[in-house]
Amino acid sequence: MDMEDRGQQHGKLWLWLDERIGLKDLEYLAKKKEVPMHRHSVWYYFGGMTLFLFMVQVTTGILLLLYYRPSAGEAFESVQFLMTEVQFGWLVRSIHAWSANLMILTMFIHLFSALLLKAYRPPRELTWLSGGALMGLTLAFGFTGYLLPWNELSYFATRVGTEIPGVMPVVGAFIRRLMRGGDDVTGATLTRFYGIHVAVLPLIVTMVLGLHLFLVQKHGMSRPPSAESGPDAKRVMPFMPNFLLRDVVGWLCALAVLAALAAYFPAELGKKADPFQPAPIGIKPEWYFMAMFQTLKLLPSYILGIEGELLGVLAFGLVGLVLIIIPFLDRGATLGRKTRFPAAFAITLIAYMILLTYIGYTVSPTK
Amino acid sequence: MAKNQVSLSQGSTRRDFLNWFVGTTAGAFIVSVLYPLSRYLVPPKSEESSARTVTLSIKPQEVKPDSGQIFRFGSQPAILVNTPDGQLKAFTATCTHLGCIVQYRSDLNQIWCACHNGHFNLNGKNVEGPPPKPLEEYAVNVRGDQIVVSKKG
Repeated sequence: MDMEDRGQQHGKLWLWLDERIGLKDLEYLAKKKEVPMHRHSVWYYFGGMTLFLFMVQVTTGILLLLYYRPSAGEAFESVQFLMTEVQFGWLVRSIHAWSANLMILTMFIHLFSALLLKAYRPPRELTWLSGGALMGLTLAFGFTGYLLPWNELSYFATRVGTEIPGVMPVVGAFIRRLMRGGDDVTGATLTRFYGIHVAVLPLIVTMVLGLHLFLVQKHGMSRPPSAESGPDAKRVMPFMPNFLLRDVVGWLCALAVLAALAAYFPAELGKKADPFQPAPIGIKPEWYFMAMFQTLKLLPSYILGIEGELLGVLAFGLVGLVLIIIPFLDRGATLGRKTRFPAAFAITLIAYMILLTYIGYTVSPTK
Repeated sequence: MAKNQVSLSQGSTRRDFLNWFVGTTAGAFIVSVLYPLSRYLVPPKSEESSARTVTLSIKPQEVKPDSGQIFRFGSQPAILVNTPDGQLKAFTATCTHLGCIVQYRSDLNQIWCACHNGHFNLNGKNVEGPPPKPLEEYAVNVRGDQIVVSKKG
């Protein structure tokens, strides 16, 4: 009788599938899922937006593969062909480039909101760590993808970017060779970055993303400490369909911004890379590496007898490490106490990044 | 359980032996996969640039005064500078900071790296900005209407 009831409710196909893959359990999970509601709930949408933009990247990336040729002799020309001859080629590439930028922006917003709202507290340490891994993988996507058009800017950005690990003592030169596929940035670097960008990173990201999303489902969204008591303490919203529909609105907003940027500011191609030309005046990296780039520019050649860039690279590494292991440093929050240093750390870091990025974009390129 | 385990002379059991055997086999298998894989990922050594001397395609009278240009020194970029007092000088063009390619700036009479704003004087010495070391200088000889650049020392 129960079967008949559900049969009328869902139809025969649903029943057929349920017997084979257990739709009933999924339905139960979807109905049970709730999202905490409080004055900071708006930050929950940025993870979903990042996921949406990642799906845009996968789709447009596959489309770009149909025309792109990964060799030093042909890469630039194939992108040029795509931009000028292929119908809507400019649009596909512009969406890929802008979506990458927006994805990194929403990822940073997601990261810092999770940090400030202390979403990393037990039992969500592994969710935080997998998110940290995804951040590293996303930046690696950005770095490897930037080289692929094989233009002047991407060539020098890669020269500098692969030289940075090279300043580390002992292992530096080996890592640089491994990244470049040789001693210099050449066609060997291009094929290496291409393989990493279109095969290795997508595979790893899919696995880590799967873990991240599974953990988010398992633990539910974190309620920030400030909303654990008071009038907001028990407020929730059903995920299906209320929150999901709001999530979709977030995706549509991201899509609208993306479409406008891609249509009005199409991605540029610039000049073809030439390893025997000076670095162009005003060369700069993508905005998300600007703060680091500007820091390296401002550091003197020696600080207390140590090479400036080595200290800079060590400092970046240290900040990254603190960020990743913050769930284990913030022991007070685990015990339910108020701790201030994660917020102080996050705000200092955000302020530093904004300030250095601002300086990077406004300073005269020849001084 | 214990009944099934046959003691060997050294006091170990058949299960211990099988665990050791399977573990060693698995370990050997992993090593035999990882070793070629890691060697594969390391690029083969390319021919070191053995060039110690190059003859430039440009003639001395064609080099503009107070200017610089990049030329190939083996597989590496190098820069030829005609100084304001008419001297020809050559240096490696790879910045000692993070490996960008430098250029000559006639407004400063310096060699300059656009990437991180590093300055070198016309002896190749790092004088401002982040570069930690001077640029390596090459010897420039004018033989008739040829410019010959060679490594010093």
